[in-house]
Amino acid sequence: MSVNTAPAAPAAPPAPPVALSGGVVAIAGRPILRGINLTVEAGEFVALMGANGSGKSTLVRALTGLRPLAGGHLELFGTPFDDFEDWQRVGFVPQRAGATAGVPASVWEVVASGRLTHRRLFRPLGRADRAAIDDALEVVGLADRAHEGVANLSGGQQQRTLIARALAGEPELFFLDEPTAGVDLPNQYALADALARLKARGATIVLVAHELGPLEPLVDRAVVMRDGRVVYDGSPLAQTEVHQVHAAHHGPEDGLVDHAPQVSAPFDAGRED
Amino acid sequence: MTPTELFSLPFMQRALIAAVFTGLAAPAVGTYLVQRRLALMGDGLGHVAVTGVALGLLTGTSPTWTAVIVAVLGAALIELIRERGHANGDVALALLFYGGLAGGVLLTGLSGQSATHLQEYLFGSITTIAISDVVVTMVLAAVVIAVGVGLAPQLFAVAQDQEFAKVSGLNVRAYNLLVAVLAAVSVTVAMRTVGLLLVSALMVVPVATSQQLARSFRTTLLGAMVLGTFASLGGLVISAFASFKATVAPGPTIVLLALACFAVTWPIGTLLRRRRRLATPFPVDPEAPPLHEACDDDHQEHHHGPHCGHLAVEHGDHVDYVHDGHRHAVHVDQTGAPHYDEH
Repeated sequence: MSVNTAPAAPAAPPAPPVALSGGVVAIAGRPILRGINLTVEAGEFVALMGANGSGKSTLVRALTGLRPLAGGHLELFGTPFDDFEDWQRVGFVPQRAGATAGVPASVWEVVASGRLTHRRLFRPLGRADRAAIDDALEVVGLADRAHEGVANLSGGQQQRTLIARALAGEPELFFLDEPTAGVDLPNQYALADALARLKARGATIVLVAHELGPLEPLVDRAVVMRDGRVVYDGSPLAQTEVHQVHAAHHGPEDGLVDHAPQVSAPFDAGRED
Repeated sequence: MTPTELFSLPFMQRALIAAVFTGLAAPAVGTYLVQRRLALMGDGLGHVAVTGVALGLLTGTSPTWTAVIVAVLGAALIELIRERGHANGDVALALLFYGGLAGGVLLTGLSGQSATHLQEYLFGSITTIAISDVVVTMVLAAVVIAVGVGLAPQLFAVAQDQEFAKVSGLNVRAYNLLVAVLAAVSVTVAMRTVGLLLVSALMVVPVATSQQLARSFRTTLLGAMVLGTFASLGGLVISAFASFKATVAPGPTIVLLALACFAVTWPIGTLLRRRRRLATPFPVDPEAPPLHEACDDDHQEHHHGPHCGHLAVEHGDHVDYVHDGHRHAVHVDQTGAPHYDEH
């Protein structure tokens, strides 16, 4: 019996893309999210769910650094957030209000801006950049509309443009904020199709949604929020069960909760929504 | 005086050079301001720069340089206020604008200068520009153009979607400040050409004109720079020839020419946008069964086709013809007779 089969040291498992412990987010000095523990493993498709005002969008904004944490510890890919520089690995898809601005922009241009994480200052686009942009447009099914103005697209197509923009940076981790809100059913299916292709490529996806609709079969794990806290974390729920989780803990939904009353003078810091 | 004689005059040549550089630089920055819906920022900076000019007149230093410094400080302050309090940002900006204008007029009075001297800066006096001023204009404008065009991908991304840019690791605050400083510099560049009170026009009107016809940011930016140069050169030449007959100031002529370009392109842009909107394909619901409700009306006389005159709009795998509130799709039933379905 040979003895040269010394047990190899087990490879350390890769750090999870997202690890938040004890997360607290305060808006205008008032704690909105409290005690959030959320770890997302590589390749997971997580849906953050909950009613309006439950804090699900705020949580995604905290995870991307758009909203500072007032407490707790956040690591992205094993690096503490303050030291994290590797933004190539993160793709963010905001709500589609950000698709249009005061000057026309073509679909191709908006998608190309997702490539900035790979580009140096004062350098033109390289061949790899163009290939990534074309690939991103192809995945979301907008390759034939690349040179149209974004403002001429329907809401759902604008949302897919924003997904392509994140995709152009070839990230491993995607954050999507309400991609299906206000999108018609045909486009919701196109969106689900694009996300299915991302999932098949092994991307980690964290998605905020009020209702899943056609995305439901893709979801591996649902995290339900209520009044700034996580009330459920596990296998996906049917829409009716989500509401039962709400009701069991807190009674019927009573619409948007206005957490920070607005009182301001011209030079005051405005309420940051 | 013949045109050749006019253009061989040294003051006219200096004016032409200043006009070209101003016409290129002002819309290059203006495009980013319009993209961020800050079209009036140039106007505000112009008001603030009045204090700078007056400071130069009071202290006996070059009004161009004091205007650059005060306008840059004003731009940084505006950016700070904008970032800190979005809710009432416009009120805060207004306070700064009027403070700048009032301060400028007050300081000019204190310096004992006549109002006509300040007026050169308020409404421009491109034909009295000195060689040193031309050089300063050329250098500053060249910097503005190089940064505005060279950093276009970054500036575009920040202006288009600040939050996305931030998550891409861009220093959003630095880029916002950069645009504000570029705007302040181009305000002082354009000060001698169209004047501080009309400076915003040269930054914004060519962009508004260009975006009537453009569908992409690149075309808008380059088109605005071409239009800006055309307006400032054209306005200068028109006013030069017109001054044989009457007193015609170059500044207002340049702005009015730019506005005339907008007036020409606006109806075309409206028409183009309307046609694009009408031709947008109808969405297809993958869950709904195909509609086969035949149209009741008699359509014996009319055959829909590519040249029938009705608007044809894509709808999934076929085309709907739109007329009088109907969407007609050709459908061939089992008997082989075509009819129109209501879609």
